[in-house]
This record gives sequence, C-alpha cells and structure tokens, in this order.
Amino acid sequence: MEKTIRVLVAKPGLDGHDRGAKVIARALRDAGMEVIYTGLRLTPEQIVQAAIQEDVDAVALSILSGAHNHLLPRVVDLLKEENAFDDILVLGGGVIPDEDIPGLKEKGIAEIFTPGTATQVTIDFIRNNLKK
Amino acid sequence: MDLYNGLLNKEKRAIARMISLVERNDSEALEVLSRLYKFSGNAHIVGITGPPGAGKSTLTDKLAKNLRKEGKKIAIIAVDPTSPFTGGAILGDRIRMNKLSTDPGVFIRSMGARGHLGGISKATHAAVKILDIAGYDYIFIETVGVGQSEIDIVKTTDTVIMVMVPGLGDDIQALKAGIMEIADIFVVNKSDRDGADRTKVEIEMMLDFSCSQWRPPVTKVIATIDKGIDELLANVSEHKDYLVSSGAFLSKRILNSEAEIIGLIKDKIIDRIVNASSNKNDVKMYAERVAKREIDPYTACAKLLSKSVKEVNDGEGKKN
Ligand SMILES: Nc1nc2c(ncn2[C@@H]2O[C@H](COP(=O)(O)OP(=O)(O)OP(=O)(O)O)[C@@H](O)[C@H]2O)c(=O)[nH]1
Ligand SMILES: [Mg+2]
Repeated sequence: MEKTIRVLVAKPGLDGHDRGAKVIARALRDAGMEVIYTGLRLTPEQIVQAAIQEDVDAVALSILSGAHNHLLPRVVDLLKEENAFDDILVLGGGVIPDEDIPGLKEKGIAEIFTPGTATQVTIDFIRNNLKK
Repeated sequence: MDLYNGLLNKEKRAIARMISLVERNDSEALEVLSRLYKFSGNAHIVGITGPPGAGKSTLTDKLAKNLRKEGKKIAIIAVDPTSPFTGGAILGDRIRMNKLSTDPGVFIRSMGARGHLGGISKATHAAVKILDIAGYDYIFIETVGVGQSEIDIVKTTDTVIMVMVPGLGDDIQALKAGIMEIADIFVVNKSDRDGADRTKVEIEMMLDFSCSQWRPPVTKVIATIDKGIDELLANVSEHKDYLVSSGAFLSKRILNSEAEIIGLIKDKIIDRIVNASSNKNDVKMYAERVAKREIDPYTACAKLLSKSVKEVNDGEGKKN
C-alpha cells in the first residue's frame, strides 16, 4: 500500500498567532499528507515526544518570536537523544533572518522557508527529502 | 528497527512504527502482531464518541490525567473519519492533550480515515492490539459520531462513552435510534451551559424505554475545569465490574472478534476479486456493460466471483 506522508506542524514559543502554521497545514493536507496539528506554545520536549508517538516523517515548525536559534536546534538535539533524528526531517518557517540560515542548517535543520515561499516549494521539499 | 523486541520492551518508537506499518497493511508488521497477539487482552478499551466539538478530546485528556494519578498507563487513539478524498487530513485532537505528550506513561496517536468509510478501520483494530501488547491499562478511542463510526466503535471497545452537550433537543430524538443501543455511559459535557439538566432528563427518559440489564448512567461534566471526571471514572469502573460479573465481558469480546474476523475476510475477498490487477479491468468492463443494460449486476457479480474462486483455488493448490 502507498505510504501516506505524515507531518507534525507546530508553533513553538510563547508569542501570538498560528496563521502561518495553519496555512502550511492546509497546503500539506491538500497535497494528500496527514498533518498532526498541535497548535500554539509547545515546548521542544512536547514536539519531539509527539513526533515520536505519531511516527511522522517531518516536523514543520513555524516561528515568529526570534527564538529560532534556540528552539530549532533544541528540537534536533532532542530527536538525536531519542535516536529519531535519522528518520525525521526538521523544517523551519517564519521570519528568520538570512544570516541565521547557514548556522541553522549546520545544526541539522533541513530547510528554512521564509515568508513568501510558495507552499508548493515546501511540499516538494518534503516529498524529495524523506529520510525513511 | 527490531519491532518484535521493541514492542515487547514497550519502546515508544517501536510502538509508533508498528502502528504506521499496520496502517499500510505491511505484512511483516502483521506477522509480528500475530506472534505477539497472546500478550494482548489486558487493557480496558473505552470508546469516546459524540457530535463534533462536544468536548471529546478535552474530556479524554482529563480522564487520562486522573487515571495517571492512580498510576495507570494510558493510550489514546484519536480517529478522524472525516478526511476528504485527497487522502490528506488535518488531525487536531492533540491540541487538547499537549501536556500529556511528555508523560512516559501516556501514548497518543492520531489516525486519519485514509478513505476507509466509517471511522474505525482495520488499522484502528490493529493499533489497539499493539497498545494492548505494550501494556497500556486503558486505551481510549476518540471518534466523531457520524453514522457508521458509532456502530464500528462498539465492535472495538469494552465501554462506550457517548458525549452529549446541553441543548441538543431535537437532535437527541433524531440520534435516538442510533445511540441508545451503543452507549454504556452518557456524559452531558459543557454542563456550565444552560439546559444541562434538561438534556440529562431527556436522556434519562429515553433510557426508561430500554430494557437492557445495564442501565447507562448519565453524568454531568465540565471537562474544561475537570468537574465530574471522578464520577465518570467511577461509571467506567462500575461498567467494567458489571461486564465481568454478568459474563458480558467475554461474550462481548467474542462478538467483537467475530465481527473482526468477518471484516478481515471481506477485505481479503475484495482484495482478491476487486483489487487484484488481473480483475481490475474485468470489474470496469462489467460495470460498463451493466450501465448499458447489456448484463445485470447480479450476473456480473456471479461471474467475477466464480472466476476468482477458481483462481484462488489454483493459487492455493500451487502453494501447498
Ligand atoms: N464551556 C465549555 N466548553 C468546553 C467544555 N469542554 C470542552 N469545551 C470546549 O469545546 C471546544 C471543543 O472541544 P474539543 O475537546 O476539541 O471537542 P471534540 O469533541 O474533541 O471536537 P472534535 O474532535 O473536533 O469533534 C473547545 O473549545 C473546548 O475548550 C466544557 O465543559 N465547557
Ligand atoms: Mg477531538
């Protein structure tokens, strides 16, 4: 049977709204993926445990708070602690300055999607970079 | 990943991977499941159903938290039967349960319907077994009450909790036929709203007409503030005791197993007759002829059946 791609969409951090996360959640659903939507204000620990229990292929984190340099690598580190990083793609989205992107990629974040990126780009990226 | 030992050792990653594999009918995972089946049967399986937005997830979250205080291990399967045709789905039940995610004694899994009509699929049955083997004391299955899924949920669970909200009024009348037989426990959630007492009375009045041995309790609850959850848990354990003392526990599980076996046989037959690549075109061809009135559907069915039975017999003969 064909594999259904599963993606956890979360918006960690303490700030505001989850509009961006909802947009990407809907786009991934319309592309035939199963989106586990966890809403606002999750901690990296909650995200990683949810990702493991849901056995997702990717974790897509929408971040507006400027805490990306802390939150994104933290999710990667926790996944590594659980031996799950080899299976799960970590993606970031939101207002992230260009100069921070190379550092984040070095720390294991597969790709960063800044505002204005067409949702199709994200969909294609997930499809073409699945780890398992 | 060593699924067999991983599952025996109750590792969350192995549990999670097993569920993904059975969802796509992976034969290796199903083989592991049949070898470990003997270790299942200890969990109490509770279905939580009711209209969209009734507070099922909030309630499940609170039930789980209270049972955790007693040291019970809890698994939750949240089924969304309403996915559209694309196969994609947004599964949002975890939103109400995020704090449970990091509890080592809790496992939460969201499942889409994947084109399966009516909520509780074969994969849900398999996921229940996996979580049972993994030693969870209670397995909650949340599903929106939409027709078929309500009936399916009975065939998968020991206790069904029907979540209602104040002011359903006429809806209760309309739902009556369907829900009366399947619910073991009624909850009037959102009892902070007007009309909770009236809704409770209306449900009680309908129950007066029922003549089954077990009279479903009707409990008012405010899930958001954890009010009435103790009483509801007492209802669950009373129902469990009733099932055991009346002998209904085993007879219900036998009925469930019967339904499951029949379901599996149906799937296999459909796989062989309808989905088999050699027959796909035949089905299409007959469909066209039936539509054009060149042949009737009963004859078409008989022809496909007899052709496939012959193929199956030939195939089995070769294997043995
Ligand atoms: N006033 C009030 N609101 C509640 C209560 N329980 C849940 N809610 C709210 O009802 C809304 C829906 O709750 P959920 O737990 O998501 O309901 P659900 O039945 O799981 O919803 P679906 O899975 O989408 O069908 C949320 O906004 C809850 O906060 C309650 O006892 N009182
Ligand atoms: Mg829900």
